[in-house]
Amino acid sequence: MLDHAKEEVPGARYLAPGHNFGSISDKIAGIITGRTPFSWFIGFLIGFSVLQLLLVSITYLLFKGTGIWGLNNPVGWGFAIINFVWWIGIGHAGTLISAILMLFRQHWRTSINRAAEAMTVFAVACAAIFPIFHTGRPWLAAYWLLPYPNTMALWPNFRSPLIWDVFAVSTYATVSIVFWYVGLIPDLATMRDRAKSPIAQRLYGLFALGWRGSALHWQRYETASLMLAGLSTPLVLSVHTVVSFDFAVSVIPGWHATIFPPYFVAGAIYAGFAMVLTLMIPMRAIYGLHDFITERHIDNMAKVTLATGLIVFYGYCMEAFFGWYSANQFEQFMITNRMNGPYAGYYWALIFCNGVVPQLLWSKKIRTSVLPLFGVCMAVNVGMWLERFVIVVTSLHRDYLPSSWGMYYPTVWDWSTFIGTMGLFLTLFYLFIRVLPMISIFEVRTLTPAAHAKGDGHHG
Amino acid sequence: MAEVQQAPALHGVMAEFADGTELVRAAKAAYADGYRQMDAYTAAPIHGLAEALGHDDRRVQKMTFTGGVLGFLGGFSLCYWTSVIDYPLNIGGRPLNSWVAFSIPTYETTILLAALATAGGMLALNGLPMHYHPVFNVEAFRKTASSTGFFLCIESTDPRFDVARTRAFLEGLHPKAINEVNA
Repeated sequence: MLDHAKEEVPGARYLAPGHNFGSISDKIAGIITGRTPFSWFIGFLIGFSVLQLLLVSITYLLFKGTGIWGLNNPVGWGFAIINFVWWIGIGHAGTLISAILMLFRQHWRTSINRAAEAMTVFAVACAAIFPIFHTGRPWLAAYWLLPYPNTMALWPNFRSPLIWDVFAVSTYATVSIVFWYVGLIPDLATMRDRAKSPIAQRLYGLFALGWRGSALHWQRYETASLMLAGLSTPLVLSVHTVVSFDFAVSVIPGWHATIFPPYFVAGAIYAGFAMVLTLMIPMRAIYGLHDFITERHIDNMAKVTLATGLIVFYGYCMEAFFGWYSANQFEQFMITNRMNGPYAGYYWALIFCNGVVPQLLWSKKIRTSVLPLFGVCMAVNVGMWLERFVIVVTSLHRDYLPSSWGMYYPTVWDWSTFIGTMGLFLTLFYLFIRVLPMISIFEVRTLTPAAHAKGDGHHG
Repeated sequence: MAEVQQAPALHGVMAEFADGTELVRAAKAAYADGYRQMDAYTAAPIHGLAEALGHDDRRVQKMTFTGGVLGFLGGFSLCYWTSVIDYPLNIGGRPLNSWVAFSIPTYETTILLAALATAGGMLALNGLPMHYHPVFNVEAFRKTASSTGFFLCIESTDPRFDVARTRAFLEGLHPKAINEVNA
């Protein structure tokens, strides 16, 4: 950017003018130490109620088995994998913001990375529920999924994409939590020094690990953050690549495609940014965070959504092209069935949500007015779910042998489990904004002049 | 009462400055004056501050690398040992040592151990978690170090340290306040 070089403090344009260390700390920590807005209770109550739906659904599932879901032959993978991929994809934006944008020194990430990383951790938690309970007997899943010396002397099959997925997702969950926690330590110290009640002081103090802001500690801390960002970048790209291998390594028409890894990764970032915006737009309005999450932030996130959306749409066009150009009757049938078959409505709704609606983001006016942008993001959230539905169901329900064709209808328990995970996500997110600083306080401080030694030449 | 009142042991002398620029200037001056056992405390990373104090620690990177190497070797050994040595199984005629397939779990364990070594190594080198540190005995530090304060503390372990002389030196740097830090 051209105005970048002129700035005295790098990234200062991503913070409303007039802020200093004290005002930033007061504003962000004050959200936690101050009065809880009424809307928080309403939102938490909704999330917590919907979470009960998940608990009921899972309890019933454990009593009856996966037969309560709409899975059948030939559609052996239904909502469980669709929702897993949807949630895990959403998580990717958090890592992109915290890691990739850090490597590219994009200062606008500083005020959105904390909430986006929280979103990642919670989305991965929601995603994990599906494959774990899809095993039917999750108490046995330990030896199916993890290599530990068990009494049957069995090991997982490391040639299977499903085991790759276990390694990728569990590494992703672990590294995301570690990265998030490391980022929280200095802010937990701020909370420790500001909390009023002795219990809060002790709890924040415990998790702040005795952080005191020593210059030597900061030096190691910043190195560690950079290293973690450097490790998370290839990690996040690998996670959705491996998720796509679950499909691409098989021989099912419509899945066996080399375009899957990049197309899945772009789709994940696209879905994730839409979800970040879905969360940030109300959060910013309710807590009055316009000084930290400025119009530039919203605009930038909308631009990333548009760019990745175009890559995803290119993927849809290529899928159709491959179907035709392959000259393979099964591939050709798959794509015509997708467009004209029993699930055609889902396919065209997907094209509308992910291909047509995001084109509105070309307009700066839409990118910077929150209501229309929120609407576009909701369309993207729905569209990305439809994408996974279309990929999973249309490929499975009619593959090679017409004698084994079938239909897939999700049951009420499929829906209640899926909606229930949204309750889990909302509950966790509401608890997060209540007890932890939703914006990284110390990183926003670095956007003020006080954090930069003048005449030092060490800017960056 | 004939009890001898012993002066509490001193951790150091701490000066508070207005902003990052002042603090870096003070740190450079203290280093130039020959002080080495000292530390600065801020609520946000200040570039050039650790260097001004004469610190340059690159062990975190080495830990990341070591963790990565261990993760790589451990991950591949796991796949190899389970699939080739402990329970060789012919799956679709693939070679027992299917290294292409094994590269993916290996890739993930490399990143996992490198990340854990980075975070754990950073905390260990910083001596965290630490439940007590003398700097928190200063009230101004307790209240502002994690929000608005910029502190420089010259520690009593420094050979050049002398309460009166160090205090006078710090006063010459025009701080906002000076405090003695009890150990």
